[in-house]
Amino acid sequence: MTDMNSLAQAQQEVVDEFAMFSDWQDRYEHLIELGKDLPVIAPEKKTEENIVRGCQSRVWLNAEHKNGLVHFTADSDAMITKGLVALLVRVLNDRTPQEILNTPLTFIDAIGLREHLSPNRSNGLVAMLDQMKRYALAYSSKS
Amino acid sequence: MKSAAVQPAINVEEIRAQFPILKELVHGKPLVYFDNAATSQKPRRVIKAESAYYATINANVHRGVHTLSTKATEAQEAAREIIRKHINAKHAHEVIFTSGTTASMNLAAFSLGQLLLKPGDEVLISEMEHHANIVPWQMACERHGAKLKVIPVTDSGELALGSSDHLIDQFSDRTRILTISHVSNTLGTINPVKELIAEAKKRGIITVVDGAQAIAHLDIDVQDLSCDLYAFSGHKAYGPTGTGVLYGREELLERMPPWQGGGEMIDVVTFEKTTYAKLPFKFEAGTPHIAGIIGLGEAFRWMEDYDFAFAKASAERGKSAFAAHEHMLLEHATKELLAIDGLRIIGTAKEKVGVISFVIDGVHHYDLGTLLDQQGIAVRTGHHCTQPLMERFGVSGTTRASFACFNTIAEVDALVAGVKKAVKMLR
Repeated sequence: MTDMNSLAQAQQEVVDEFAMFSDWQDRYEHLIELGKDLPVIAPEKKTEENIVRGCQSRVWLNAEHKNGLVHFTADSDAMITKGLVALLVRVLNDRTPQEILNTPLTFIDAIGLREHLSPNRSNGLVAMLDQMKRYALAYSSKS
Repeated sequence: MKSAAVQPAINVEEIRAQFPILKELVHGKPLVYFDNAATSQKPRRVIKAESAYYATINANVHRGVHTLSTKATEAQEAAREIIRKHINAKHAHEVIFTSGTTASMNLAAFSLGQLLLKPGDEVLISEMEHHANIVPWQMACERHGAKLKVIPVTDSGELALGSSDHLIDQFSDRTRILTISHVSNTLGTINPVKELIAEAKKRGIITVVDGAQAIAHLDIDVQDLSCDLYAFSGHKAYGPTGTGVLYGREELLERMPPWQGGGEMIDVVTFEKTTYAKLPFKFEAGTPHIAGIIGLGEAFRWMEDYDFAFAKASAERGKSAFAAHEHMLLEHATKELLAIDGLRIIGTAKEKVGVISFVIDGVHHYDLGTLLDQQGIAVRTGHHCTQPLMERFGVSGTTRASFACFNTIAEVDALVAGVKKAVKMLR
């Protein structure tokens, strides 16, 4: 019965991946690499409308509802933010709105990057996560 | 090695020992605190003075006949006197306590707006102002149909002053108020406020100085500056948060209407009419931040003890020993940071306090700030509440290190090494 590709599973994979790094430098270097590998958002999707505003760094987030799943693409102008964006997209992308809404996100805490989701960081990530959930909520009422 | 040649102007170790927070670790590393332009750290004497008030004399001021109220009032008014002396105001009642520079500026803009501004009048500011010296005046202009005029900033981060016979091209016969920062929080530029004030006074223009970034670094003499109003925060000058001052020339303060109404600021209240208390209480509605004010007084005593003792030995007028020490740190930081490939300093004025703002090609300030934090180094990143200035320089933000008396050359070296490590990780 276990869904090998559940959101919870994807979170666990991220946690295991980050457990390999013992010091901050390796952890952040990995995060920066993940940001570099983030699939590029289509230029025409980097619109004013899709900007999630933070006062320090900016995030672009686009969502589409295809075959019952929510498809996210995103980008950021700062590399660490982009790495975190890549993680959020990896975990939440192509899932049903219900799964996105019902699964608590624990991996950010578990990999020691909680500070980036504090309101003080004003990097657009908190707003991005809220926005992802809002899309899921909007699509869930359609499906 | 090269650091050894630099002679510290003050005994930094003696100073550092008085700041408990400097023993803290951040991410397991010794704290390097370079965000003093946002708020400075507090010496033990200030922390003790504030808690001693609560522990021994806590009572409301100016009202009770009981002993504690008398003691609290005396302690608060002693703080007013020490600040008066420090800034060389003529009278203690020219020192108005506020919650900080922002509140001081809102008071100034509201009250001066009521007193002076008519439709078509102009308020002159500069392009390098902090939002706290822009928005309150915009609001006052909106209320009274006046206009905001702006003195531009040069590429080096200095005021673009008039080239011809007058110092400021933007003065017009409708200019009523000139409000300008003494020191830029983003660039570190020290503005020639004394000259600007003299020029404004010739035209009968009221002058306001935002001294938030000057108070802990320059020798402030409001009579020598000849300004009408001078605003600053306590927490940027080794004092508690939630404290600030608006100095005002007595004659002007007498004419200015009150900003906030309530207790403490009244003489007689009837439902028909209220008459106001005399200065400074006319502008101090409600129970003040008594503990903070007492702490602020102690911060000024502390600065006098540790700074002025050294300053007396210094021949250089207008520069404190703290400022001389911070200037040495600035020069060292400037030289070392400029050696980093692609690094550009925003703000290269001839006269600067210990503030260094920079951008690096291909490196976002958020990433740099985050990676420095991981190394225990606290800097400020972003637009520093000066969005128009960021636009002027065509950047979305900078990384800013701002120095205080307790910082060391070794800490500057740690910053430089930290920046190099971060750049390597990000490129």
